[in-house]
Amino acid sequence: MDRRRFLTALGCSVAASPFVTPMAFASAPWDNRLVVIILRGAMDGLDVIRPVGDPDYAGLRPTLAAADGLPLSDFWHLHPALAPLVPLYESGEMGAFHAVSTPYRDKRSHFDGQDILEAGYGETSAMGARDGWLNRLLQATPGIETETAFAIGRDELKILAGDGPVSRWSPDANLRLSSQAQRLLEMVHHDDPLFRDASAQAIAIAHELRMNPVTGIDDDMMAEAMMGMNNRGGDHVKVAEFAAGRLRGDTRIASFSINGWDTHLNQRQGLTRVLSQLSDTILTLRAGLGPVWGKTAVLCMTEFGRTARENGTRGTDHGTGGAMIYAGGALRGGQVAGDWPGLGTADLYQERDLMPMRDVRGLAGWVMRNQFGLDRAVIEDAVFPGLDLSSEPGFLL
Amino acid sequence: MTFDPFLAAIRFGTGLSPRHAPPGDVTALLADLSGPDAMAVRYPIPTFSQMQPSVAVLKDAAKARREARGTPQEDVMLDAYRALSQETIRLRAANLHATLARMIDAPVGLHERLMRFWVDHFTIRARTNQVTHGVTPAVEESIRPHVAGRFGTMLKAVATQPMMLLYLDQQLSHGPTSELGLRRDRGLNENLAREMLELHTVGAGGVFTQAEVRDFAELLIGLTYHPQQGFNYDARQAEPGSETVLGVTYSDAASLDTIHAALDDLALHPETARHICTKLAVHFIGPDPDADMLAQMTDAYLDNEGDIVSVVTAMLTHAAAFDPVKRKVRRPVEFIAATLRALDVAPESVLALDRRRTREKLTTPLQVMGQPWESPPGPDGWPESDAAWVTPQGMAGRISWAMEVPVTFRRDLPDPRDFVEMALGPHAAEEVAFAAAASENRIEGVGIVLASAAFQRR
Repeated sequence: MDRRRFLTALGCSVAASPFVTPMAFASAPWDNRLVVIILRGAMDGLDVIRPVGDPDYAGLRPTLAAADGLPLSDFWHLHPALAPLVPLYESGEMGAFHAVSTPYRDKRSHFDGQDILEAGYGETSAMGARDGWLNRLLQATPGIETETAFAIGRDELKILAGDGPVSRWSPDANLRLSSQAQRLLEMVHHDDPLFRDASAQAIAIAHELRMNPVTGIDDDMMAEAMMGMNNRGGDHVKVAEFAAGRLRGDTRIASFSINGWDTHLNQRQGLTRVLSQLSDTILTLRAGLGPVWGKTAVLCMTEFGRTARENGTRGTDHGTGGAMIYAGGALRGGQVAGDWPGLGTADLYQERDLMPMRDVRGLAGWVMRNQFGLDRAVIEDAVFPGLDLSSEPGFLL
Repeated sequence: MTFDPFLAAIRFGTGLSPRHAPPGDVTALLADLSGPDAMAVRYPIPTFSQMQPSVAVLKDAAKARREARGTPQEDVMLDAYRALSQETIRLRAANLHATLARMIDAPVGLHERLMRFWVDHFTIRARTNQVTHGVTPAVEESIRPHVAGRFGTMLKAVATQPMMLLYLDQQLSHGPTSELGLRRDRGLNENLAREMLELHTVGAGGVFTQAEVRDFAELLIGLTYHPQQGFNYDARQAEPGSETVLGVTYSDAASLDTIHAALDDLALHPETARHICTKLAVHFIGPDPDADMLAQMTDAYLDNEGDIVSVVTAMLTHAAAFDPVKRKVRRPVEFIAATLRALDVAPESVLALDRRRTREKLTTPLQVMGQPWESPPGPDGWPESDAAWVTPQGMAGRISWAMEVPVTFRRDLPDPRDFVEMALGPHAAEEVAFAAAASENRIEGVGIVLASAAFQRR
């Protein structure tokens, strides 16, 4: 009996019981987990993962490079706002891939850049794209249930748009009902299966979140995570808690956004704020996922990097190459991976931006191949049409 | 399957209202489409041309702000730019308020429903910060005047609408060997041409070839936009030579007349008639529309040169239009409007919402329900299928809104037992009447009626 028929057979009682949630009956085609976090606004990879060993770095960034970072190696320093993640870097649970980008070039518009990142096509064909690459992964996989993939938060998340089934939830959807209202609501939806099932699931999710925001959380791990956390009540933490709760159950893929990376002026303040959110998010995921963290890959992707040179207002402008931060027990952390192009004027893209050495889509492709056992052909033809996966990127386990 | 006044108001209008009796017959229903546009006069929305100067002002302010970086003027310029940005947010909210006020106050609401249909058919989104407030003004200018006119006239208006040109990259398109194409080293962009064929006119059924998309794209070159002057036809971008689209070869004269001639032909193509009529019937009545009704609508379209009122009349006078089974779900904007209408909320109290209340009562809930204001997912607009709307998150949004927001508009909520008939008409389902009567209080009772499948469907 499939899950929907099961729910129908149970009728209204599913929603009424705090011990039975509709999530418990689904099955997914894989056991590993993938989380894709879209960093909207273009993260400055050169300030987050700093190439202090590059002879040109300090000269390009007179004020930004002057503030102390956290040494990861002789060559790389980490932005101080990511201090809570250093233990994860040291234990191999977090790392970065540098000098990467999407195929998008030259126009440097957030709107187009994000569309191309999420559509996952080469630049020219992206404008007419109707679906996102994570959704094409679902379309290419048999046995996908509604809960297999979750789009979380207020943003549209074109990365999951398309014909493959996707569930959505936003922390704004906080449904509170009296028990009488809930009973009467079941009555007025009873004869309409579409409304009955959707409402039952909505009530069950809301109930579960209220009873136990993060299901089955490891207390020690949570206590440890809380110590490093900046803002425990923020929306970003609610999103990460929700994602962890789903991924502990039958969800295998989750995606959400962190906004606010467009740091044209006073970057030190602006970047510290969003990096704190990113750090909270990763720690919350890790604590909430508990034993599942070991099977999880978290990719933090942005639409493009920022200019190699600091601008006149202690910030940076739209650029090309950047960095991808990654985390999770399913990836080889504790390193800054990638080929380093250098920061000499001749090394830069158009003499202004970090030169992209690798297509960030290829990194995601390799992670999907590793996590879900996808054929190379499925990735190169269906998920990222026309992409050449090229060589193994060196951050897989 | 005969005419039912209550079903007519729910399925083809913006819902039942204690202020307006439901239309007594098809003539009364159609009366909504004749005469002057009273709602547009009462709740004005600026046209894109009227607000067009603000685009240049914003662009200049953004430039001034960039140039002032690191100078003593930096803070002044930043404040000036921010003040203008705030104004665009205020304008977008005001346009949402006016859109809802029209839906609440219209005698029937068929005109408003058709307006929403065409806005969706010709989906426009803002792609730069300078035009975020331009979407609703664009449709006010290019769609509103033609809702009860000819499809071809609307198509030509949309094809020259700056917001559409910006959304689908048309202003970037250059003939590779044209004067400006050579000078700027630019080439063809097929985006608008493809969507006009695939989404706006003949549909994706395969009557056009890739070569014809390319020819049509070449034909459309020259439709451009400048923040200072607005829409402009620039023949210096046009690729020399003639183009063939759907078997018709058009003049090699680079002019707006050539483009208009091609759009007129496309508008009257039998495949366009079929595509538009099917989409209308699916949107208003449900999937797999009655074949005989579709044939009548298509004939009406072709016999009357794409006259929209003739097509709608053919639909409404067919028995299939009044199938008592409600097979569609109200979209979130329709749901909110129908609720405020059934509760007799004064349009003025929607117009008076400040920024915070607009966010709390309208824009955030619309986002949770899955229809963020002015932000459809892509050029193909909002989904038609019920399953796309009735999701766990969508229902959480609808139920929460039904339980929490109505009382903030009207403290004196009606008795839920009376409200059942007001909201659903005299044939309300028994379980809804029972649930309304069994509620603990007025807020929940009214909320249950609004959240019921019976009210959500049309």
